[in-house]
Parts: sequence; C-alpha cells; structure tokens
Amino acid sequence: MEVVLPALALAALVAVLVLAPLRTRAATAAPDRRDDLEAAKEAKYREIKDAELDFRMGKLSEEDWRALDAELRAQAIAILRELDRL
Amino acid sequence: MSSADLGTAALAVAFGTALYAVAAGVYAGVTRRREVAVSARRAVYALAVLLVLAMVLLEAAYVRSDFSFALVAQNSSTDTPTFYKLTAMWSSQQGSLLLWVFLLSVFSSAVLFLTRHRLREIAPWATAVLAAVASFFLYLMVFSENPFATLASPPAEGNGLNPLLRHPAMMFHPPMLYTGYVGFTIPFAFAMGALITRNTGADWIRATRRFALVAWTFLGFGILLGSLWSYSELGWGGYWAWDPVENASLMPWLTGTAFIHSIMVQEKRGMLRIWNVSLIITTFMLALLGTFLVRSGILDSIHAFGASTLGTKFLVFISIALVSSTLLVVWRREDLRSQARIDTLLSREVFFLLNNLVLLLICVVIFWGTFFPLISEALTGTEESVGPPFFNGIIAPIALVLVALSAIGPLLTWRRNTWKTLRRAFLVPLAVAVVTLVALLAFTSAGDSVPALVMFSLAAFVGAVVAQEFFRGARARRTMTGEPPPIALSRLVGRNRRRYGGYIVHVGIAVLFLGIAGSSSFNDQKDVRLEPGETVKIKDYEVTYREPTVAIEDDRSGTGAPLSFGAVLDVRKDDEHFVMRPARNYYPSQESAMGPVGRFFGGEATSEVDLRWGLSQDLWLAVQPDLRKLKGPIRRGNDLPERFAGEAIVAVARHYVDDPPPAAFRAIVSPLVVWIWLGGGIVMAGALLALWPSPEARRRRVTSLYAARLGRELSRA
Repeated sequence: MEVVLPALALAALVAVLVLAPLRTRAATAAPDRRDDLEAAKEAKYREIKDAELDFRMGKLSEEDWRALDAELRAQAIAILRELDRL
Repeated sequence: MSSADLGTAALAVAFGTALYAVAAGVYAGVTRRREVAVSARRAVYALAVLLVLAMVLLEAAYVRSDFSFALVAQNSSTDTPTFYKLTAMWSSQQGSLLLWVFLLSVFSSAVLFLTRHRLREIAPWATAVLAAVASFFLYLMVFSENPFATLASPPAEGNGLNPLLRHPAMMFHPPMLYTGYVGFTIPFAFAMGALITRNTGADWIRATRRFALVAWTFLGFGILLGSLWSYSELGWGGYWAWDPVENASLMPWLTGTAFIHSIMVQEKRGMLRIWNVSLIITTFMLALLGTFLVRSGILDSIHAFGASTLGTKFLVFISIALVSSTLLVVWRREDLRSQARIDTLLSREVFFLLNNLVLLLICVVIFWGTFFPLISEALTGTEESVGPPFFNGIIAPIALVLVALSAIGPLLTWRRNTWKTLRRAFLVPLAVAVVTLVALLAFTSAGDSVPALVMFSLAAFVGAVVAQEFFRGARARRTMTGEPPPIALSRLVGRNRRRYGGYIVHVGIAVLFLGIAGSSSFNDQKDVRLEPGETVKIKDYEVTYREPTVAIEDDRSGTGAPLSFGAVLDVRKDDEHFVMRPARNYYPSQESAMGPVGRFFGGEATSEVDLRWGLSQDLWLAVQPDLRKLKGPIRRGNDLPERFAGEAIVAVARHYVDDPPPAAFRAIVSPLVVWIWLGGGIVMAGALLALWPSPEARRRRVTSLYAARLGRELSRA
C-alpha cells in the first residue's frame, strides 16, 4: 500500500508529460524528408571531397577520379533537386 | 513513505511507461500519426527521468549504508570506502539490471531527441523496439529482482563489497561494458525500424553510426579495464584468460568492429545491406548474451559472483529477439538487395569484406571454444572444455591477417585501384616493414618467436601506412591551398575526422597487438619460496626478500581491508635499485564459528600486486604469506573474550613480523605489456576524433543553379 501512493503520483506526472502531444492532433500527411535529404546531401559532399583528396594524394588516377567525381556530382544534384521539390 | 517505496514505485511506473512507449510506437508506425509518435518519444524521456530517480535513490542508500535495503546489506558495509560504496551497486544482479536499463533509457532518449526531425517513418518503430528491450529489463526487476527490496530486520553491519572487486578498474569496467552493450541496441532498433518500413537505404545508418562507434569505444575500453584488473589484481599475472565472460564481451566487440567497417560500404556504395542488418542483429544478440552469461552460472567463470535465477527468462527473450529479427530480414530480403556491384577485387570495399570475414571467423572460434563445454555435454554427455592453447593456437595467426588487412585498407580507394597507384602507395610502408624485420632479426632475439616477429613487422607496416597517409594528405592540401605544413595537417585532420580518426585507431590496434605479441611470447615467470634475506634472479633483476610487513586497517591500496600482510623486496637491475611492496589483503568472514580472531583470516583474501611499469618491460610481484605458523597465536586469540580481539590481532601480527616464516612469491617479467594499454589509449583517442562532429554539420539552405550551387557548397565543405 505504501508503494501505491508514490506510484500514483509518479504515474500522474508521467501521464501529463506523455499524453500532452495527443491533445494537439497533427496532420498525418506524408513525412517531411528535408532533414534526411540534408543528411544525405552532406554525406554526398563528403564523398566528393574524399574522392578529390584521394586523387590529390595520388591514390586515384585522374581518369578514375574524373569518372567518379562526375557520378557523385550527378547523385548530389539529384538530392538537391529532391530537396527543392519539398 | 520510505525511499525504498519510492524506488519500487519508480520502477513500476517505468515499466508501465515502457509498455506504453511500445504500444504508442507501434500505433504511430502503423497509422503515421505524428502526435502519437511524439507521445511515444516523450514516454522514453519520462522513462529516463524515472530511472535517474531510481539510480539516485539506490546510490543514496549505499552512501548512507542503509542496511534496510537488502542489496546494500548484501554488498556494502560501513567500512567500505565511499568510492566503492558508490560503485557497489553493479556488483549485484539487481543493480546491474538497473544500470543496464538506466543506460538504455539515456541512450534511447539521446538518439530519439537527435532524430526528432528525421527518419519519421523509422523512428516510431525504433522507439517501440527500444522500449520493448527496456520493458524486458524492467519486467525482471518489477517481478523478480527488485533492487529496492527491504529486510524486515536490517543487520547492524553489511557483508561488504566482494574484495576482488575493490579495484578502480573493476568499478568502471561494468558501466563501460554495459554502455557498449546498450549502445549497440540503438542501431539494432533503427535497423528493425528500417526493415519494417522498407527504408533500407543508408538513412538509418547515418542516424545511428555515431552511437555504434560510441558503443564500440566504450565496450573496447571496458574490455581493456577488465584486462588491467586481471593483470594487477587477480594475482596470476595475466591479462587475458579466455574466460567465458571475457569472451562474451569480446564477441560483440568483434562483430561491432565488422559492422563499423561494413556500414561504410553501404553508405558509399549501397552494398552489403543484408550483411549490415545481419551484423547488427548478431552484435545485439551477443551483447544480450554477454549480459546474461556474467550471472547465468551456466559456464565456469571467475565472474561467478552470484548464481542467477534469470537464465530461462533471458534465453526466452534472446530467442524471441533473434527469431523475430531474422524473420524480418528474410521477409524484407528483396528490399535489401544491393544497388551496386563490386567493380574490381582491388578495391577498399573488397578488403572491408575480407576484414569482416576475418573478424567473424575469430568470433566463431571464440563462440565455439566458449560454448564447447555445453556442446560436448549435449553431444557426448561429458562436459569438456578447451583452454587457452586452443584459442591462442587458432586466433594468433588470424590476428596477423587482421593486422595486415588494417594496414592495407587505408591504402586502397573505393571502387577501383590501378597497379601504378598501388605500387606507389605500398612502396615505403613495405620497405619500413622489411627493414624492421631485418633489424629485429639482426639486433634482437625477436626471431625466437616467429608470430611475434611477424606481428612486430606488421605493426611497423601499419605505422608507416598511417604516417604516409598523414604526410601525403597534408602535402596534397598544401598544394591546393598553399597553407604552411602544420596548418595543412591540422585542417586536413579537422575536416576529415572520420577518416583520420579511423587511421589512428588502426595504429592503436597495431600497438595493442604488439604488446600482446611481446608479452605473450617473451615473458618470464618464477614461483619461489623465500626466507627474509634470500634472493631470486629473474631476467636482469635480482629480487631480495628484505622483511615482512603487516598493516592493520591501513592497506596501501585503500580497499578498506582490515589486515594486510606483505613483504618489502629490494630489487636491483644493473646500477638501479628500488623497493617493491606486494601484499595480501585479508577480509573478515561473517562466520562467527571461526572465532573473533580466526574470522579475520578465514574470509576472502586478495593479492595486492606491486608493479614496476616500464616501456620495455614490467616487473610484476605478488606474495602469498604462509600463515600456518600463526595457527597457535590465532587459537590463543580466539580463546580470549571478544573485547580483546583487537589486541589479539596485534599480537598475531607482531608474531608474524618478529618470527617471519618463508613466503611464496610470484615474479614475472613481461616485455612490452604496457603497450597493450597505451595502444588502447591511442584507439580511444582515434575513436574520439572520429566521433567529433564535423564542420559540415552546419545547415546550408541556398537556392541557385544546381551545379553552381554544388560547387559553391563544396568549396565550404
């Protein structure tokens, strides 16, 4: 019985915190992918810079780097297009 | 209302909250209702707050030595030093469970906060998985292992902390391991969310990669602390015994290492998707197994601090998690198909795959050796076990391959490499490795052990590869920017933290293996009995037993041991002279039948090793006093009224010092052993560098023509 009172008090506090968002019903529209795409864009930029560094260090031949760089830039542009469509 | 009642209430409400988070997470995942997902996330935050409250209440009970708490009476006492009181919680099963779920709630809250605007389809399912794991641990505590259980008639004094655990490394070892285990729950939960929602790209990896790296770092740190404890506390002189519980912590670290590498292949190439989800499932299952094995008692272990009643429940939970996650992978196999193919065998992705296979092979060998007693008993009815020679014999050569791969990987680029660029990349590091090999053969006795010789050369290879990578990178940056060399180097590393942090980790691992190879191949050990004045010679050291010592309530390590019998030894090496003081601490038994004096010698005893650390070698000394000659004085002390016990113990101690019997000593000279922990430190430094957020995390929102915009944004990246 001595556990019941503190348990009820704690449960009430938790309920106030946890159930509050349910009172403001948000739209169930398609999820906004902006932050995911921003993260994907940053990762793609990183890849482009990595490839350039590898080339400058002599680890990639110029021919391989140019092909890879063009491919990665095309992928980055696709992400930018998708971002702008949001 | 007592604090025990409040603690029990907090756990009960936490259990209800976790169940709500599971239900709300699933409902939000199915209906995509945003407000329900937010509510589920808040439930996880609330869970963390409740468990912080529970931790504080229990810690406070330990600090004030409240023996009405069964747990405090069981593993603390008024004379336990405060530091050990604060950390005694996790020496018990109930305290360990509370620590596990507390860490899980904190990690879960952190990842859900960081992804609150991202992964909107995956996150609710991940919330449900995280809360489900928390629910299991809370269920155990609420229904059978309550850390807030109280005693009807509290004792005046507690049992005290297990003496073996009174070591600083051992106090941080469990939280570090648990942080590792718990950390791997995060990518596991998001992987499950990704599978359920068919978002099997790299989004979930990008969101949880840092958590996997944090988990890997802490687990590795915990393992190293455990080995340091073994070396400096257990009195046998080794740092790794292939004990089942040690192995259980190493296995998820190995698969976690494989995961950290293979997710890069998915991020860069969209490949290895099935492999990555399978690896994180395996790692999470092994983490659960590691938690379970410590207290299961199903395998003989030095960690058998207390029998557990949780075996069946843990096995049921692990089985449900394994079967459901595996079925999910099978169900989503079409979504997990790779987007790309391997271009050539000479590529970084192929070497990452090889590295993964080698790590998994080591894991399989360890799993087989660890569970061999159970396997043999099931098949033949006789329990047989394999010892260190089995593990060392198989794993040592595989470890050489692993270190070689850790050198080759950084030299390769993604997709394809030409022979010309490879020749240029390998030339200097290979030359350094060969020169090292020749120099070791010519000037040292390293050739006496071929595996050690090869490991030393490979460590030089790794060091040369990484030094070359730093040099060539800084030179390339300097050419592009015209910056002075130190600026170019620091900006190169600062803007490529993941890459260069990873390289530093490779150096640390190579240094660590160098320490293992040196100490395991060339160590020298002597077990002798010495009278005061006698000398033993070990390698270049002359060790003379000068005199015995006794400390009453004044042990040198501050463990709170009431009695400490030791020795003073004069050590000479060439012109150098120093003194070492190993000791053996005695903790009283609660068994009153042993007598008021005898119980001080009939309880547990631990070695307080004295170590002379050195970069080239350690001198390690332990003493085992012969107490047989003290039987008479102890018996006489027992016959006295109990109020004279203090004087009787002083008399026994004086007898030992005045008429010292021979003492048994173990002396070990262990070359390069300190490099194991220095290598571990380098690994930690590299991991921290890789974890540090990059400047690219800044958000840029610019609109313009795409190619021009890309160029502009890249110039700032």
